[in-house]
Formats: sequence, C-alpha cells, structure tokens
Amino acid sequence: MHIEIRTGQFDPYVEVSRYQRTTLNLPGQYGATAVFVGSMRDFNAGDSVQAMHLEHYPGMTERYLEKISAQAASRWDILDSLIIHRVGELRPDDPIVLVAVWAAHREAAFDASRYLMEELKSRAPFWKKETLPDRSRWVTRADE
Amino acid sequence: MSITVKYFASLREQMGTGEVRLDTSAATTVGEAWQQATDGADLPANLLMAVNMEYVDAHHKVQDGDEVAFFPPVTGG
Repeated sequence: MHIEIRTGQFDPYVEVSRYQRTTLNLPGQYGATAVFVGSMRDFNAGDSVQAMHLEHYPGMTERYLEKISAQAASRWDILDSLIIHRVGELRPDDPIVLVAVWAAHREAAFDASRYLMEELKSRAPFWKKETLPDRSRWVTRADE
Repeated sequence: MSITVKYFASLREQMGTGEVRLDTSAATTVGEAWQQATDGADLPANLLMAVNMEYVDAHHKVQDGDEVAFFPPVTGG
C-alpha cells in the first residue's frame, strides 16, 4: 500500500510497472491489475483550458489517501494498491492521478479501484484552478 | 486558548490569507471559531471543515493548539 503526492510530471505506466517489479514483487500471485489514470483535458464546461494549478492540503491529503487505501484493503481481498496524485502546475494531457490495485481476481481489483477513485474525488483535499484564455477560475463540483 | 485556522483554494483567496491564529475561549465549536475568524459571517452551506486533518462537523469542540481548516468542496482526481 503506497500513496504519493507528486509536484512534477509522472508516467503512470512506468510507475505501475516499477511498483509491480520492485515493491509488490509477488510474481504469480496476482491475476488482476486494475489501473485508472486521470489526465488533464484541454476543455471544461464549454471553455478551452490552457493550464491548471492543483492545490492540496499537505498532511491531510496524505492521511486521507492512506485511510481509504487501508479501508479498501480491509473491505476487498486485494494484494496491494498504489495511488499517485499530481499537484502544482499542469498542462493538458498531463496525468493527474493514478490508482492501481492488484488482486488474485478481477472483481476485487475492479471494485477496490473504483472505491478508491470515488472516495478520492469526493473527499481528498485537492482543488483545481483552471487557466482559460482570458481568466482563471476555480473548478466547482458541478463542472466535473 | 489559541488555535490555528487554515483556509484553502477559493476560500484562501477570499480571506486574503491561508492561515491565522485565533484566541478562543474553552468549549468553542468549529462553527463558533468560523464566526469569530470571519467577524460573524454565516457558515457557507457546502463548506468542509477539519480539525487536526480529520473531517469534523460544525459542532465539534476545539482544543488548545488545534489546527482547524475550512475549505470548499474538493475537486481532485
């Protein structure tokens, strides 16, 4: 179980592969790996978006992501999970979030990854501010 | 007693600061701390609140040295 806040760009597919090989290191035990990647769009709510600033609450964010990771591990029969989330300045196409779950079988992997992603979106203290061609604005829940 | 009040995102910009120290009396609730910090402003309906980095509601009582945070609905992911 690992969570991480990143200030720089990351490649989620490299991260999954590296974690699987080095930290998870359970070859033959997982039959299912569910991977979700959220990336930055260049449009939102009818406007073109040029850049994005992602703010978080240092300390609380990590604590919250650790808490939902522990909840997922106790609720489903999974082997491990990995969450990486970007903060700072982002450009369109940048990966924002990676959620990966390893399990023996697909049902637990799918369900736990869905749970982690939905909990992250509804309660993890992150906020997006978009740069539009003529102004900037905070994203609200209704926009997403 | 003294607490730290933090604001994030759009609320931080509205307040013009991310952090203030507040001298409060014992048995102050988070909702009362909000009113004291904002000179009596109503608690916004969708405002989220945390004490020492755990979600609480407005009735939660603060303790000396607590970190109380107020922020808008989250939009990560």
